[in-house]
Amino acid sequence: MSRRKPQVSLARSDARAGIALISPTLVIVIFMVVLPILWTVMLAFRPLSLLNLIATGLFGTDFTLDNFRTVLNEGGFVESLVTTLAYSVLGTASAIVMGLVAALALRRSFRGRTFVRAAMLLPYVAPVVAVTFVWRTMLDPQFGIVNHWGTRLLGWDEPIAFLSQRSSEVSLFGLEFGVPTALFSVIAFEAWRSFPFAFLFLMARLQAVPATIEEAAQVDGATPSQRFRYVLLPQLLPTIAVLSILRFIWTFNSFDDIYLLTGGGAGTEVVSVRVFNFLTARGDIGLASAQALVLAAILAVFVGIFLWRFAPKEEKT
Amino acid sequence: MATQTRQPSALEPHKATRDRRWTRDAVENRVFGVLRWVVIAGLLVITVFPFYYMALLSVRALDEVLQDAGALWVSPSEINLGTYTSVLSSPDSGGQGFLIFMRNSAVVALGTVALTLLVALPGAYAVSRLEFFGRRQISVLFLAVYLFPGILLAVPLFVFFTRIGLRGTLVGLLIVYVSQIVAVSIYMLRNYFDTIPESLEESAALDGCGRLGIMWRISLPLAMPAIVANALFVFMIAWNEFLFALLFLVADRENWTVSLGLSQLAGSIEIPTTVLMAGSVILTVPIIVIFFLSERLLTEGLTAGAEKG
Repeated sequence: MSRRKPQVSLARSDARAGIALISPTLVIVIFMVVLPILWTVMLAFRPLSLLNLIATGLFGTDFTLDNFRTVLNEGGFVESLVTTLAYSVLGTASAIVMGLVAALALRRSFRGRTFVRAAMLLPYVAPVVAVTFVWRTMLDPQFGIVNHWGTRLLGWDEPIAFLSQRSSEVSLFGLEFGVPTALFSVIAFEAWRSFPFAFLFLMARLQAVPATIEEAAQVDGATPSQRFRYVLLPQLLPTIAVLSILRFIWTFNSFDDIYLLTGGGAGTEVVSVRVFNFLTARGDIGLASAQALVLAAILAVFVGIFLWRFAPKEEKT
Repeated sequence: MATQTRQPSALEPHKATRDRRWTRDAVENRVFGVLRWVVIAGLLVITVFPFYYMALLSVRALDEVLQDAGALWVSPSEINLGTYTSVLSSPDSGGQGFLIFMRNSAVVALGTVALTLLVALPGAYAVSRLEFFGRRQISVLFLAVYLFPGILLAVPLFVFFTRIGLRGTLVGLLIVYVSQIVAVSIYMLRNYFDTIPESLEESAALDGCGRLGIMWRISLPLAMPAIVANALFVFMIAWNEFLFALLFLVADRENWTVSLGLSQLAGSIEIPTTVLMAGSVILTVPIIVIFFLSERLLTEGLTAGAEKG
């Protein structure tokens, strides 16, 4: 029997084996990721705190819009959302620009390139707790090395509290304007930490650009900057687009970096840190969920764009 | 006079080369040629210096650091390794107990690697090779899960694990880690399975091998490089993870991982910064060792999706 229709029975047994092999993963993902996210939606509409959790139970029908009203009226949330946006946009942009510069500089091989390339990835792979601790020490106003040399070599009048000062006056060309010090510091950290990711992708893409088209441009008299502008950049744009969305998604809900650097103080309270504080310090599950949900809704748009535009198509049928 | 009229013509070829030397192309070539090395040096400094500074502070004495904060090296006679014994020894003997934290981190990270591979390998094989109902949707679901990490799951998982009493246990954390990592793990492994020619499996099937036999005898051994890379990748994620360790384990010092321990102790005034720098080195070194051992494998894994973009 199986000899007469081997194709059909093989396909059928493959389908069964496929379901069997994937189901452990599917169960874990559904129970630990999908359902919890859906459950957050329910929590966001309920007046729930850690204290009354036992009394009210995990599931209830006491739905209300109070949490969202409080979130929007209490103040701080919208401001925090703006901070998150500024942080994600500027962090993403500077990481990609830095990664692009690094990729272009390391493009042609030289002695020791392998080592430099590996060193370039260190910020990305090192434990976030360790690197934030080093940055905090380096930027410390009392004994940090940055302020030590900044005051001696760069002529700073006094040490700069990079991570605890909300804003500082900077005069440039006779113009005085305020700069959000702490926010810029965490953005600089974000660029430092995630540029290797952009660098890796752009480097891989650069090496796939056929040398012939650039040679042709050179023969036609294009200078290096023109070759970059008219030959390389168009080749890199799709990769830059993917990177922008990916990095934006990850920076938008990143928690560790800011929590560890500033604790959310000095004008750097992004929404994820705020959610954490509402959850642990205030124990207000409802309010924490409501804010997480707003964050998720914005994020869903970008994830949607990413999946719709860039998700790998099934190449086989 | 004749010499005067001849002079310009003698200079002409010289002038021409000077013109060529100052064309836009030549200028750009030279500027970028120099700029390239400046950029490489600059990038090297900003990426490596923080790690150098970490190691440097960990072997200096605290009062020397306070006296001379700008020192860029330490003379061999001043090297002080007391910070390491202090950070490693148990709290009972006046240390910070990082040895216990390291054990916890190792247990969680190795457990996460084992469990993730156990679940993800069959899953990745199925998604790559077998035609079954909903396969495409499952791939998209996993990609979405990969892009939707962290803080959004913090609230429900925190509440749920508090309620069932598993918060504060390493097992609870392990389950959370596996659930977060398994999707990306499958994604990476699947890309590798896709590159293994199917003809190898077909010939094994002709020799009478069943699906599981094919998977066990042909596909897994062939995918070994990817499996090793994936294991290292998962280990690094679990070893570095901070948010859920903080949410789940903060109450009980005995359960702290190295990341959590360092972050909790970093706020305290009594512990010298140099001792905590030693803690940072201890936290970072395993990752850097793994990374340099497997750099090529890992970067290939990380950029697996790059060409598709």
